[in-house]
Amino acid sequence: MASILRILPISFEQGLVYSLVAIGIVISFRILAFPDLTVDGSFPLGAAVAAKVIISGYAPIWGIVLAVAAGFCAGYATGFLNTRLKINSLLAGILIMTILYSVNLRIMGRSNIQLLTYHTLFTPMESLKISRFYLVIPFFFIVAYGLKILLDLFLHTDMGMAMRATGDNEQMIRSLGVNTDRMTLLGLGISNAFIALSGALVAQDQGFADVGMGIGTIVAGLAAIIIGETLVRAKTVRAFTLAAIVGSIVYKMIIAIGLRLGLAPTDLKMATGFMVILALGLPVLKKEKEGKLHLRGI
Amino acid sequence: MIRLDHITKVFNQGTADEKVAIDDLSLHIPSGDFVTVIGSNGAGKTTLLNLISGTYFPDNGAITIDGTDVTRIPEHKRAKYIGRVFQDPLIGTAASMSIEENLAMAEKRGQKRGLRWGVTKAKRERYREVLKRLELGLEDRLRDPVGLLSGGQRQTLTLLMVTLSIPKVLLLDEHTAALDPKTAHKVLQLSREMIENYRLTTIMVTHNMQQAIEYGNRMIMLHEGRVRFDVTGERKRNLTVDALVKSFGAVLKDETLLTAAQ
Repeated sequence: MASILRILPISFEQGLVYSLVAIGIVISFRILAFPDLTVDGSFPLGAAVAAKVIISGYAPIWGIVLAVAAGFCAGYATGFLNTRLKINSLLAGILIMTILYSVNLRIMGRSNIQLLTYHTLFTPMESLKISRFYLVIPFFFIVAYGLKILLDLFLHTDMGMAMRATGDNEQMIRSLGVNTDRMTLLGLGISNAFIALSGALVAQDQGFADVGMGIGTIVAGLAAIIIGETLVRAKTVRAFTLAAIVGSIVYKMIIAIGLRLGLAPTDLKMATGFMVILALGLPVLKKEKEGKLHLRGI
Repeated sequence: MIRLDHITKVFNQGTADEKVAIDDLSLHIPSGDFVTVIGSNGAGKTTLLNLISGTYFPDNGAITIDGTDVTRIPEHKRAKYIGRVFQDPLIGTAASMSIEENLAMAEKRGQKRGLRWGVTKAKRERYREVLKRLELGLEDRLRDPVGLLSGGQRQTLTLLMVTLSIPKVLLLDEHTAALDPKTAHKVLQLSREMIENYRLTTIMVTHNMQQAIEYGNRMIMLHEGRVRFDVTGERKRNLTVDALVKSFGAVLKDETLLTAAQ
């Protein structure tokens, strides 16, 4: 029990910062019904941009701003391939993800950047005499929950509803005068902006950016939203974004417990993959009927 | 109001599956006309509506709506002129979104959509009032997802959505074909009321000869992508299903159409 209590703070910290990835995936998979695989490239893109800005001597906040902008462009690019060049959505994501690998190496100039000796967003929080968790966890909570609320609000505006309808019934909303291509471009942009922001925060939190840090991000994010949606029983937009945060934290806890119980860190991605396969496959094997919303995008 | 000049639309051009859906068709529909369209499967009825709404563009010819050449204008930019109800009740509404959200989206048809709150209190009250008139009990279910409604309820809702932002042109594509007879009748009555109240220029595609004769002030029959028969006013009022079958039964050879006539 004591050891479980000890993993709580780190699970919360990581769960909250990675919940931005899960929220991004909610936008692409759940809202737009677009299975966007750009994620594995846009996450390290955010990290690479933030790290480069910081070691170049600029304030960390500029790293965040530029990372978000870069993430938006990455998602927009995937959307462009799909809507304008008519490339299959999965392939469009894979193409941009692959291109981003080279882009990230170019941005960083090498395969990883250490940030431990530099001034990051968290340096002021760590210089105090209290445990860093007392500051970092509330900070990530405010960022994640605040952005969740902003996104919820957006999705209930005229434009946000048009975006949701684009994923729900494209033919209908086009006949009501909405340019659905534009909605897809905007939605994927926002989605990957969230994900790149997560990458930028993770790089500063853990003290380095690495070109390989994005591998498996999409699968972990999917695991998080599946866990969250099961726990929250998500049906509304607000519940979906809440599920992303809850699921992300619980997922990190499960992983931490697994590692304590002897799961080899090298088997982590395999375990996560099996988790997603089980969650998607079990209902089919049990011949349960799934709601349309639940299957969307996967 | 709607003018089609020498429209041709060929699908799968240059392949073994080449199909001439619309063949050098010209049609002028004056403002306020209520035109019913019949024809056998593959006659080009739905293609005609899709060309007018901009779902796809014609290979040849020009389309004008209310004096504007819309031939190359994409569907979403024509939406401000056109209200449309499809045959499949699932197409007209977004299932995962609530009744009030669907209504609010329809009210904004063809307008710019910004960052204003989608469903305001004032709108909700107004929707409650208009829903009451449908007598389906939907006024108490404003926040329910539309996916919970029956096909008939969804089709009725789609019709109501059209009236929230009055279009210049109403396209009805066999919009009662998927409904049970009682619901179909109700939806048809509601359509007629709407068309008369707002003097909507309407094209209604139907598989049912009786409907085609009973509704509207003009009827056209399509065959192999051309207008085969075009009748208005007095002559249309005096038309009977029997006479129609006698004249065109051999051409139509459509079981659905003929069965409906019996």
